[in-house]
Amino acid sequence: MPPFAQDLVYIASAVLFVWGLKRLGHPETARSGNGLAALGMLLAAAVTLLDRGVVSWTVLLVALVAGTLVGTLLARSIRMTAMPQLVGTFNALGGGASALLAAAELVASGPNGPSTGVGLAIALGILVGSVTVTGSVVAVGKLQGFMPSRPVTWPLQRSASALLAVTLAGTAIALALLPEVGPLAPALAAGALLLGLALVLPIGGADMPVVISLLNAYSGLAASAAGFAIGNPLLVLAGALVGAAGLILTHHMCRGMNRSLANVAFGAFGAGDGTPGPAESDAPVRRTTAEEAALLLGYASSVIIVPGYGLAAAQAQHEARKLMDVLVDRGITVNFAIHPVAGRMPGHMNVLLAEADVPYDRLLDLEDANARMPRTDVVVVVGANDVVNPSARDPESTIAGMPILEVDRAANTLVVKRSLSPGFAGIPNPLFHLESTLMLLDDAGAALSALAREVREL
Amino acid sequence: MTGEWILGLYVFVLASLVGFEIIRKVPPTLHTPLMSGANAISGITLVGAVLVAGSGQGTMATVLAGLALFLATVNVVGGFLVTDRMLRMFRKR
Repeated sequence: MPPFAQDLVYIASAVLFVWGLKRLGHPETARSGNGLAALGMLLAAAVTLLDRGVVSWTVLLVALVAGTLVGTLLARSIRMTAMPQLVGTFNALGGGASALLAAAELVASGPNGPSTGVGLAIALGILVGSVTVTGSVVAVGKLQGFMPSRPVTWPLQRSASALLAVTLAGTAIALALLPEVGPLAPALAAGALLLGLALVLPIGGADMPVVISLLNAYSGLAASAAGFAIGNPLLVLAGALVGAAGLILTHHMCRGMNRSLANVAFGAFGAGDGTPGPAESDAPVRRTTAEEAALLLGYASSVIIVPGYGLAAAQAQHEARKLMDVLVDRGITVNFAIHPVAGRMPGHMNVLLAEADVPYDRLLDLEDANARMPRTDVVVVVGANDVVNPSARDPESTIAGMPILEVDRAANTLVVKRSLSPGFAGIPNPLFHLESTLMLLDDAGAALSALAREVREL
Repeated sequence: MTGEWILGLYVFVLASLVGFEIIRKVPPTLHTPLMSGANAISGITLVGAVLVAGSGQGTMATVLAGLALFLATVNVVGGFLVTDRMLRMFRKR
């Protein structure tokens, strides 16, 4: 196949990637969008295999077949609650592939080394790709629980990381300008792998949505760098698209927590720093039973359910959907209000509810939900705490300014919670003590199925 | 800097802008599939890995690129399949 024909197919692939991503942006077209992007990838792979330069097939076939098998197995077997870990793993693989490709290009460039521009791209590919690998492994470890979820810090942690980053940047530039320092590449890779660890270990488990999004951007940027290294514009283009997607999602997640990226990266905050939260408040709360709460729900005309990660942790999505079903059967308007950081990655809670068969047009985002709160009879908060804490409106509070679901503006709030202890941030929640709030202290799954049963018997 | 590099920069900058524009308005409901779908696209490294691993540039380059090809293939195949699996579950009332 002549080179220009290959380029024409690459252009078609690029169009399919952009078109596919665009269609991924609407629920009705998303599935076909994913299919279009996959088709673009298939075309690009096929036309590359026909490249005149491709002469040895054994390695290619082994890698392609083994990769397809492992990828299929992972995609089929993963539980939806573990989706953040899988995406984190894929980030690591993508970053690792780009770093290895950049290294292979360096080796292939021979004893005289690459030109300055190519050398810089190789160095960046190795650097960003390697940081992505270990950063993702730590993120997956914190989510999966094989690494401590709390922020891990050590003396001079920030200064040491900054020094390492500067040294690596210097090494990368040296590698680009002085081809004879090519043997420094393994040191660059080793240092970058260390930097990935040093950057993510000090970040708490609750901040992993931000980290996963940012590493997604890194894996794209690493692919772009690898594209510069081998002079392939399709890699540059696809990597840039992914980099943009990752940065937008990172921004969304930071905004959802009202924190800057710098604060997430260097704040060593989130997920139990070892200091116990304030003792349970002495202020009175109104406790209720499933029977009593069912009366309130069954005779409401509009209900909003606010699921937090506690709901997913208890695997209670299906119970939530059953409660929705019995309420809808009584002619009640039921919606779910999803806080941006309700899950463990952007949009995670939406996927968990979709798996439980909750239609996506019943899921409200933050703004939509807050606009409806004052017209809502009952809000059911399940396994969520900080994201519904009205203290965020108090400028004195430590969570001041964090966007919250304003459930206290609804006529009644029913909070399903195991105990009265404060959440991740360790901040007391005045919502629990409001006149309009009823507390149903029980396990999420048990409480929701009891509510559904009691409503059905009304 | 060579011309090829500069052209690469054009592609990079313009593709980033296109990416920001089309992804900015994606509703939160689709953020997870968007991320895993984008993730699969970042496995485009597969193309480069095929070129380097298949062109017989010495054992070391072939091993490195072959490994890159394996990782990128897992990323691509797994990424697109799991995204499809998620999107199949999304339905309207």
